[in-house]
Amino acid sequence: MGVKSKGLELIRPDGKRLDGRRPDEIRELKIKVGILENADGSAYIEQGDTKIYAAVYGPREVHPRHLALPNRAIIRCRYHMTPFSVEERKSPAPTRREIELSKVIREALTPAIIVEHFPFSAIDVFIEVINADGSTRCASIIAASVALASAGIPMRDLVAACSVGKINGMLVLDVTDVEDKYGEVDMPFAMMPNRNEITLLQLDGVLSLEEIEKAISMATKACKEIYEKQKSALKEKYIELRKAVEESAKT
Amino acid sequence: MIPKLKKQQIMDLLSSGRRIDGRGLEDLRLVEIKCQCVKNAEGSAEVRLGKTLAIAGVKTSIGTPFADAPDMGVMIVNAEFLPIASPTFEPGPPDENAIELARVIDRGLRRAEIIDLRKLCIVPGKAVWEIWIDIHALNHDGNLMDASALAAVAAILMAEVPKAVVNERGEVTIDKNEKQRLPIKNIPITVTIAKIGDKLVVDPNLDEEEVSDAFLTATFVNDKICAIQKRGEKGLTMEETMRALQVARQKARELFKIIKEVVGSE
Repeated sequence: MGVKSKGLELIRPDGKRLDGRRPDEIRELKIKVGILENADGSAYIEQGDTKIYAAVYGPREVHPRHLALPNRAIIRCRYHMTPFSVEERKSPAPTRREIELSKVIREALTPAIIVEHFPFSAIDVFIEVINADGSTRCASIIAASVALASAGIPMRDLVAACSVGKINGMLVLDVTDVEDKYGEVDMPFAMMPNRNEITLLQLDGVLSLEEIEKAISMATKACKEIYEKQKSALKEKYIELRKAVEESAKT
Repeated sequence: MIPKLKKQQIMDLLSSGRRIDGRGLEDLRLVEIKCQCVKNAEGSAEVRLGKTLAIAGVKTSIGTPFADAPDMGVMIVNAEFLPIASPTFEPGPPDENAIELARVIDRGLRRAEIIDLRKLCIVPGKAVWEIWIDIHALNHDGNLMDASALAAVAAILMAEVPKAVVNERGEVTIDKNEKQRLPIKNIPITVTIAKIGDKLVVDPNLDEEEVSDAFLTATFVNDKICAIQKRGEKGLTMEETMRALQVARQKARELFKIIKEVVGSE
């Protein structure tokens, strides 16, 4: 609300951030695949205190019908925060912010999906923020792209995401809520790491062109790290599945 | 089918450095800005970008500040894509495109600190000026974003707001006879670049928008960037992104001169 840089000290005397991280360090990341049984694909992510569920339904029939496209699947995305996910209760009705984020998240995921394979169908991505502590759109993208893959939807690549902030004049990765509120800049970023394509880029705050270039290369490095975690989360799910199949074969 | 053929035609032209409306890749369309065209609005501007037409109006009222910013005025940006502007626009509450446009312009204005919101405080914690910026699309021929942003900026720069008077009982009244300009700090300029195939074009028209892979909208203030929004259903490489931002910066300098001239002459 335009009250950035209120002078709260976000860097400790030892040069670390309030939660003890180095500027170029992301928070601990946990991704679990396939925890919502009804969905065709799902994922749960914990990035520090940011906690999010993502579920994918589809490809399935499009309702209402006139929205269907003859040459590709349509992607629909809903980013939603639970009323208890933030300090002051948020009304469950979608806000303007949620409507914008739903759109940019959809546009961040769509380039990775081979939509041409599913004419006249819809792929629905639902995202529920359970607890918000900064970088929720980036965590949503990480979880949603894993959920899409676990739904068996053919993809060109996974989408990894990381935000860059600027606090006390220094560029930092993966901003928390307090760093977003009292820092100078928030720059959410998403890419397909294997294809080196940027699929989401937003900036809220003042940066020079040179700083943007540096911020993008920091975020790219973080995305490659996150990409490995996404892949191993998917592998883990299939190892579990194989075990379950072997168990049932024995009995 | 039609977009496919159109895309082929646009791409063929682009490969020889030309565009469907005869412009070069980095040319803006003709910009026309008409200020204070709405008598009842404190500030207003109508902006033409080629055949795209948008109008912005500034209205003011006295309200209460946000609890986390008791000494700051309030700025609200809203955008409506009216059915008058395009056969594809429907009446009803703003859709995701109109909401995105309003929020991107809002971020640009806010981060550039176009208005010194602290100077809009009347009684700390009690009464502040609310500045309502309403943007309405009137004719959509591509790049409503830049036309709307320019209209919003011009309307803010030209706005003349009445004076707030606090009487001895602490009540706030408005003195409509005494008008003054808003406290302006910086002038932000928004420029959109479209990616079509492997080409980048400035200020896309509607035909180009329909076949574009992605868009990058950047808002500049004093040669720095204060807001970015990547839009569209495909990605951009890092090189394309940086090149787009450099071209956009150049165009922002051009538009800055134009708006300075318009505002200075009135």
